[in-house]
Amino acid sequence: MHRDDEASKIGMWLFIFTEILLFGGLFVVYSVYRYIHPEAFKLAGEELDWVIGTVNTVILLISSMTIAMSISAIQKKDKKLALGLLYATFIMALIFLVNKYFEWNLKFDHGFYPSSEVLQELGHGTILFFGLYFFMTGLHAFHIVVGMVFIGFIIYYVHKDRITFDNHQLLENGGLYWHLVDLIWIFLFPLFYLIH
Amino acid sequence: MNKENHHIVPYWVYFAVLGALLFLTLITVLITRIELGALNTAAAMLIASVKGLIVLLYFMHLKFDQKIYGIMVGLVTAVFIAVIIITFFDYFYR
Repeated sequence: MHRDDEASKIGMWLFIFTEILLFGGLFVVYSVYRYIHPEAFKLAGEELDWVIGTVNTVILLISSMTIAMSISAIQKKDKKLALGLLYATFIMALIFLVNKYFEWNLKFDHGFYPSSEVLQELGHGTILFFGLYFFMTGLHAFHIVVGMVFIGFIIYYVHKDRITFDNHQLLENGGLYWHLVDLIWIFLFPLFYLIH
Repeated sequence: MNKENHHIVPYWVYFAVLGALLFLTLITVLITRIELGALNTAAAMLIASVKGLIVLLYFMHLKFDQKIYGIMVGLVTAVFIAVIIITFFDYFYR
């Protein structure tokens, strides 16, 4: 069967570019609204828990390393290590989502959710900040879920020896997707959790 | 296609990259704890860009891949920066 790894990789990168521009548009919206409402964004940003944000940053960075290492492992024909690293990546993605769940839950308990009564009483800038916070971190969390499905398929294919040392472009593409999720978070984290 | 060209990145490179990224995260958190005014955001964005570049070069293999990937990423980044600049020109001189 004919296989073109290079074309597969270019296809993945083209998809990643559409993702960058999707989030890019949201970053433009964020920067304009922050420019118009600097004080409200600062006060609202201090409502967010920077500790949980930092913990999630560390988790994503480590998971990015484990999936990158799994490519080296498969190239060295070390299937066992590659699988271990992929399972580790999957579990860290799950921990990220659990943290996100508790973080959002706490916000909901304090009455902060889109169009809540608490938010309605606060200013326009605060509403915009929390709207962007829920939409952007929510869209990012959705990408984590998609990444987990992607990694799930990769784990299955490695088990079945359909991803091997000489046929691992799918694993590389999964890695690229996962690093994109990490890349977006690198910018989301200081813009929402570290406003000071 | 050219499977033989696949570059196997040693594990220690990834450990070093993770170390650098964690260190930069620590710096970002510390820098935003001290009051620098507008410089806080500028510093945080600068460090985030360095982290992003490290992720692109090492985790996403741009450093080991053919140049065309790096060129494409550069072009997309340039488009994004252009959109930001044009948007703010609009807001500054409205």
